[in-house]
Amino acid sequence: MTLPYPCQSSDHTVARRGFLGTMAATGAGAIVGGLGAFTQPVLADQLKHQQKRLVIWDMHGGLSQLESWDPKPGTETGGPFLSIPTSVPGIHVCELLPETAKQMHHLCLIRGVNTKEDDHGKGRYKVMTGRKQVPGASDPQIGAVAARTLMPEDYALPGHIVISPGGGGGRSNDASYLGPRYASVSLGGGKPPQNSALPDNITVEVDAARQEMRRRMNERFLTRRRTSIAEAYGHSYEQALQMMSQRDVFDVSKESTQDQERYGKHDLGRNALLARRLLEHGTPVVKVTHSNYDTHHENFNFHIEQLGEVDQAFSCFVADLADRGMLESTLIVVLSEFGRTPRVNYRYGRDHWSKAWSVVMAGCRIPRGATYGETNDKGTEVIDGEVDHANLFHTYLAAAGVDTTGSFNIEGREVPIADPASEPIHDILG
Amino acid sequence: MTALIDSLDPKQAHVVSEWKQDRPLNGVRIDPLARYVVGVSENAVASRFQLSDGTRTAMAGGYQGWGRALAYSTEGRYVITGSTDGNITWWETASETPAVVRSVVAHKGWVRSMHNSPDGTLIATGGNDNVVRVWDAESGERKHELFGHDSHIYSVMFHSSGQWLLSGDLKGTIRQWDLATGMEMRTFDAKKLHTYHGGQRVDYGGVRALALSPDGKTLAAGGLHEAPNPFAGVNKPLILVFDWETQEVKQECTTDAVERGVIWRLAWLADGSLMGVSSGTAGILLFWNSEKNGDFHRFKLPNQARDMDLHPDGIHVATAHHDNHVRITRLTAKVKDSG
Repeated sequence: MTLPYPCQSSDHTVARRGFLGTMAATGAGAIVGGLGAFTQPVLADQLKHQQKRLVIWDMHGGLSQLESWDPKPGTETGGPFLSIPTSVPGIHVCELLPETAKQMHHLCLIRGVNTKEDDHGKGRYKVMTGRKQVPGASDPQIGAVAARTLMPEDYALPGHIVISPGGGGGRSNDASYLGPRYASVSLGGGKPPQNSALPDNITVEVDAARQEMRRRMNERFLTRRRTSIAEAYGHSYEQALQMMSQRDVFDVSKESTQDQERYGKHDLGRNALLARRLLEHGTPVVKVTHSNYDTHHENFNFHIEQLGEVDQAFSCFVADLADRGMLESTLIVVLSEFGRTPRVNYRYGRDHWSKAWSVVMAGCRIPRGATYGETNDKGTEVIDGEVDHANLFHTYLAAAGVDTTGSFNIEGREVPIADPASEPIHDILG
Repeated sequence: MTALIDSLDPKQAHVVSEWKQDRPLNGVRIDPLARYVVGVSENAVASRFQLSDGTRTAMAGGYQGWGRALAYSTEGRYVITGSTDGNITWWETASETPAVVRSVVAHKGWVRSMHNSPDGTLIATGGNDNVVRVWDAESGERKHELFGHDSHIYSVMFHSSGQWLLSGDLKGTIRQWDLATGMEMRTFDAKKLHTYHGGQRVDYGGVRALALSPDGKTLAAGGLHEAPNPFAGVNKPLILVFDWETQEVKQECTTDAVERGVIWRLAWLADGSLMGVSSGTAGILLFWNSEKNGDFHRFKLPNQARDMDLHPDGIHVATAHHDNHVRITRLTAKVKDSG
């Protein structure tokens, strides 16, 4: 006997059919439950080829837009750095990004971001969920939403990976109502997931036997008390086994020495190279965090340090994805919780500034070698092409082929994929 | 002059002049003939103030970015600015409207520190390319290129003998160079002035100031330490006082006078005391002697201070401030003509 899910939802069953995106998404006729997020069934090979991926570079703490994507040299807010030309005539970036400047023809700079939230936590919530934080509510982060919509049902490994410079491993709670399957698995310090190696005192044969026993007991349990939670529990075991058998996917040392040199012998270099490796192995969603940019004091010294690493690793990453043809199917997003104040304080620092800052995208449907939006000459306000967190959230997903007018069916309740009061930046979705 | 020096009394310090220009200042230097004080600031315009009356002359068109450092050639004929575009720029110090004599690309990245040799024939520069360079102060010819540091050069200083050059970096290494050969002679360990913050993953601190005592027996290196939160500037000022011969740290000068302080520059006074300028919760002049590690006197300035220079008379100090002002402080009791 198979008992229905308590929520009576078809969501859990349709999930098995796969949610692989295609290039052609439409806004009409979206089917509640997620299938409507994509429009055309395609063959498995094509799906594999066209499977969209999302990689987020999370510049934790508030990257200064003036020291990166929207420099204002020679103004009272511009700071000490110069701007430099890029591979796209007419587009300049800060001199701290000389290698990235050479990859500008792949990038799109969104320079008119106004998220109206200068608090770290609240700003991060807005940027990562596309929604304003409401007391008592919890929304899934972009990575979880992308995993939910982009991850093939039969994908064996964790589909949502966060690579951070330090910390431990384990699953995060960033998926909210989407459930733990879409929550991120952290690779703290770029190391493989915790406890993913077979203990020394257990042989492969012994392990196989005990897993078989677990499966039999699990099946027996499910025949009488089948619930989504129980199934997810079983799934997590199977995923863990797959992860153990493919542990090399998470091992950046398997990459060539040359690539390890190119990306840089620092945490971010290793983590960026690991991100490339994961994407090449089909991981749908990867987030690379770089910490930290909350530079209230000596902003310029610290941005030299941090962006030196970013420039090396990010430029290699973009160039490699382009060379491998992966930009067609991979959306790169560089974001932060906000930018930094145009005004330089007395400690050579910049404080929090959400009113006019920048996000970068590349790949999928995003135009290459472009800018969108503009700030005034001192960088204090957006004067053209203003967008907010909700617009960006829609755009990330839409660029990857997701119809963001669709909804998730969560235990019988329709929950919009993205804020229905907002919409993507249509001008940049090719 | 002797009479002035005899009147030196840091405990009587008081501001006698303040002159405003357009942007927050990063550095000041008084010319060797004590005619002018030149300041560099958070823009590409330096300012020359006449010490006698504060008349300001703007010096523009020499560089881009911000001015960071200053030095003079012999008898102050040229004032040389160092800037964040990596250039060093020569200006005729005393001309009515100082024009650019030449501009040389000195470093890849910022020029962070400059110093002129005691006779003014050489200048040294240190920058973000981790290289120290020595230049002919008249012709601009490069004389030495000194490699060895593995982090940004935060301070350079000629030894008073003119034989050696000292350079201090972000990671707390001070290197002594032989100017005759360009070879490194030895290093001083000032790693207490460096913090690597594992949580924020940044290097912080550095040897921000160097000063050799008039008798040549003591080297002071200033900066900061105890930095649990570099991004918020939570740290304390620290000066390591080395025995020149043995290289041992014989004193660690600290203060509780200012929170979040950092020593930007040091100078030895004629009475043997050491003066430092710090920013933090306030701009402040701090004074130490060999009797205790804590400061024996502190003089709070009207605004955050980022640099200072001791006048050739030994009793006046020029300071560079965030509120766009250059201030002159006199280290004696107030007198009618103290301006």
